[in-house]
Amino acid sequence: MKGILINYEFCTGCHSCEVACKKHLELPAGEFGIKLSETGPFEYAGKTGADHWEWTYLPVMTKACDMCEDRTAKGKLPMCVQHCQAWCMYYGEVEDLAKKMDGSSRCALFTR
Amino acid sequence: MLFNYQEFLDGIDREAYHAGEWRWEEDGYTVTRTYTYSAPGCHTSCGVLMYTKNGKLEKIEGDPLDPCANGRLCMRCLNLEEGVNYADRPKWPLKRVGARGENKWERISWEEALDTIAEWIRVNIDEAGFGRESIFVNHGTGRNISSWVPFLGGACLGTPNIGAIGSSGYSCYLPRTCGTAASIGDFPIVDASEGHADRYANPEWVRPDVVVIWGCEPLKSNADGYLGHWLVACMQQGTQFISIDPQLTWWGAHAAYWLPLRPATDMAIALAWLHVIMYEELEDREFVDLWCAYYDELKAYVEPFTPEWAGKICELDPELIRESARFYAAAERAAIQWGLAFDTQNDSIQLCQTVSNLMSITGNIDKPGTNLLVRNGFEINPGYATAQLYCPPETFAKKLTVDVTHPGYVHFIGMADCDAVNHAFETGEPYPMKMFWSQGANAITCTGNAAPRIYQMLENVEFCVVADPYLTPTAVAFADIFLPLKTTAERDSMRVWWTPLRAMKAVSEWYEAKSDEELIVALGNKMNPELFQKRWPTLEALLQDYLDTGFNIVDPETGKSYKSAGRSKAGMVEVPDAHTDFWKKHHEDGTCSFQSLVEDKCCYEYDDFCATYYKYEKGMLRADGTPGFATPSGRIELVPFATFGAWGIDPWPKHHESIHSVKWLEDPEFRAEYPFICVNGSRSYEFFHSENRQQATMREFHPDPIVKVSAQTAEEYDIHEGDWIWLENSEGRCRQKAHIDPTLNPNYVYAEHGWWYPEQEPAFPNLFGMWDVNINNLTASYETGPGGIGCPFKSIVCKIYKCAPDNMAPTPGEVVTQQGGFRNDYVAGEPYAYGQEDSWQERMKRGAEA
Repeated sequence: MKGILINYEFCTGCHSCEVACKKHLELPAGEFGIKLSETGPFEYAGKTGADHWEWTYLPVMTKACDMCEDRTAKGKLPMCVQHCQAWCMYYGEVEDLAKKMDGSSRCALFTR
Repeated sequence: MLFNYQEFLDGIDREAYHAGEWRWEEDGYTVTRTYTYSAPGCHTSCGVLMYTKNGKLEKIEGDPLDPCANGRLCMRCLNLEEGVNYADRPKWPLKRVGARGENKWERISWEEALDTIAEWIRVNIDEAGFGRESIFVNHGTGRNISSWVPFLGGACLGTPNIGAIGSSGYSCYLPRTCGTAASIGDFPIVDASEGHADRYANPEWVRPDVVVIWGCEPLKSNADGYLGHWLVACMQQGTQFISIDPQLTWWGAHAAYWLPLRPATDMAIALAWLHVIMYEELEDREFVDLWCAYYDELKAYVEPFTPEWAGKICELDPELIRESARFYAAAERAAIQWGLAFDTQNDSIQLCQTVSNLMSITGNIDKPGTNLLVRNGFEINPGYATAQLYCPPETFAKKLTVDVTHPGYVHFIGMADCDAVNHAFETGEPYPMKMFWSQGANAITCTGNAAPRIYQMLENVEFCVVADPYLTPTAVAFADIFLPLKTTAERDSMRVWWTPLRAMKAVSEWYEAKSDEELIVALGNKMNPELFQKRWPTLEALLQDYLDTGFNIVDPETGKSYKSAGRSKAGMVEVPDAHTDFWKKHHEDGTCSFQSLVEDKCCYEYDDFCATYYKYEKGMLRADGTPGFATPSGRIELVPFATFGAWGIDPWPKHHESIHSVKWLEDPEFRAEYPFICVNGSRSYEFFHSENRQQATMREFHPDPIVKVSAQTAEEYDIHEGDWIWLENSEGRCRQKAHIDPTLNPNYVYAEHGWWYPEQEPAFPNLFGMWDVNINNLTASYETGPGGIGCPFKSIVCKIYKCAPDNMAPTPGEVVTQQGGFRNDYVAGEPYAYGQEDSWQERMKRGAEA
């Protein structure tokens, strides 16, 4: 089974995945194949440095997502993965992606 | 760590992306591998695959085989098709037929447009006894404007007066380049291996240990020809960050240290960091001994500037300043990424120089993973120098210089002085300004501080030409002739901002639009045929000369070479060989052409300069080829006695508050009237300055201008998310939509710039809704720092109140275009009606500042 791994620790909320997907699927205003969620910013009392703030973006894949079947069949990357500016998205076999998660940063693995 | 660059390269199906091909057919589309630049654009230039059908751009994607951006692309470029094919985009030249601001136009041919321009200049300038210096040429940013528009001004129109109207103190980028030129002799950017085609896999490159993000949001702005997301790749590889910014950005939330300083007090932190590093002996002693000058003098100077001293000015805990300085200095490899905030304060040029000292004394110069010294690829350096080279010397001598508004100041830069230009438009002195040429710029919507004042200056200008891809508020307000320009998808062009040299290959057509380059060729052959017939009779000749000489002079008859005489000097000097390094490398192998760059090299080529570390050891920086830096002494001059001395700037850095800050800090009544510091010019992913507002998808994400207010302010003023609020001060008012930011200091509000509504009524008083939301209704011209550099327009004061039915009239558009403006008492040379007593210059005279 194919999946998309999002190393969302590093997602900057730049919207590239959303627009890349919308343009590819030709979705009208208000519809998304992948949609950014935002958590924070808020503070953790008693924590310092990079642990002090929570400000996390996580793109969520919607029902409209077909993992770019037409593109991947030709050897191309899904649009969101190819254009992710923060370099935090990976496409592949779910088993391989699960092995890629190494506990060093927060990840989410999406499937259809 | 999940990030693995080699795994990425190995995993790409290169065949699927047609490696090595520059153009192919696929699924009924023609696909072209090229780069975008502008318009619409930004400061960087990313590799793309453009899909066209029947000469029309249908879709675009990033090119995973491009080493600059690796296929990653921002939302604006992903949406390029909407900008290129915007239905209301002008298709042919237009002549104004109604009054200015009525938006009534008549289609004319290019021939009639250029004839009208040439005839107007002949009759009303040349034969009327004026000089061509009475023409002001205005350029924007983010496109290769600095190559083309100054060249057009000098070579086609023969004027030395070229710049950005209302950009007092040259407060965009120039302070950073001059501040570092004074000390280091070259410009530093953070090394994310952008100098190498093999990028993060380059064996010499090491990721930075610490990067300081200071006064910028590189993810959104991509300033300095730098792709901000490269720093996220560094973060994934282990780089830690310090954020120095009044607001919490994504960087601040992910940083080891966030220093939320009071706006425009960066100098105090810089001096205190120097103090900590020098007095705790954290400097790179070997680098300082071998390569720096005046260390002891600087150390003695910064002795009083303790973190405790800075903490009071910046409103920060001194321990935070001290610990962050140690963290930066202790790093084996550290770098500083800076931005526009450095240019938009009185301290500007001294601040840039002082922060460059932080790079220098820690040895973070030109070693892998630090601040890399960069130049334009292949020494292709067209720009202001070309205006100086081709404008007649006797006209060039009349350039509007800084001493017009600051007697005794030294003019040392290529642009005309922005405040001197204002002064000439406002008073007719030192000579009247007759004509305004605006190309790829939207001054009253975007760059122009004190926009209503700029409007008053320009509303009666005798003749105005606006060249742009879109009919902008500036065009509707002023243009007599409108010239439609091509977008990036339609133009053959190139860029050299650092490396690599990149080509933009035209893939589509838009009716009668011309590229900036085609306009230069057409206008030059009309206005200055002797020069243009010889040098640039065609677009092909122009592009070839860009690669061969960067528009310098190599005389084929004598074999002699000439370059511009230098910063702000008229005329030329003889040099051994004015050919570019690209010509030297390729003129014999047959690949020294635009066509070859596009077809044989897939539109890019890296040069050696930016790929080389420790250039100062290798004799690569100095003209004489000896080791050292391109400074008078050959060392990094930590106190820039020679260069600042020549420029008439105090070499000892000082902190100067703005007029607004002085009043806000010292006058309780003033602060009660204007309780907020209004930081403005906040960037967003959807827009580049005033661009992209036509694109429905960008507006889906970001429909209106946003002003951020704190949670405390929202409660005090009963403001809810999405409420429209007025922002007002002594200069004027505008309204924006509130976003409540729980992390924001309650003393600050953050507003956006560059807004207009292309879908709204263009005619006065509405003018695309631009005046109603223009934050530059509140800013001022004529307040600058030492040397006339830097303007504190990014941190002004304001009051706020909710928009309500009883406070909507008159609208700012009505005030500006129908009622004579918010103010009718402007005095040339003075920013506000408060007088000058709170300026740093007057305060120094009376001893209120050291």
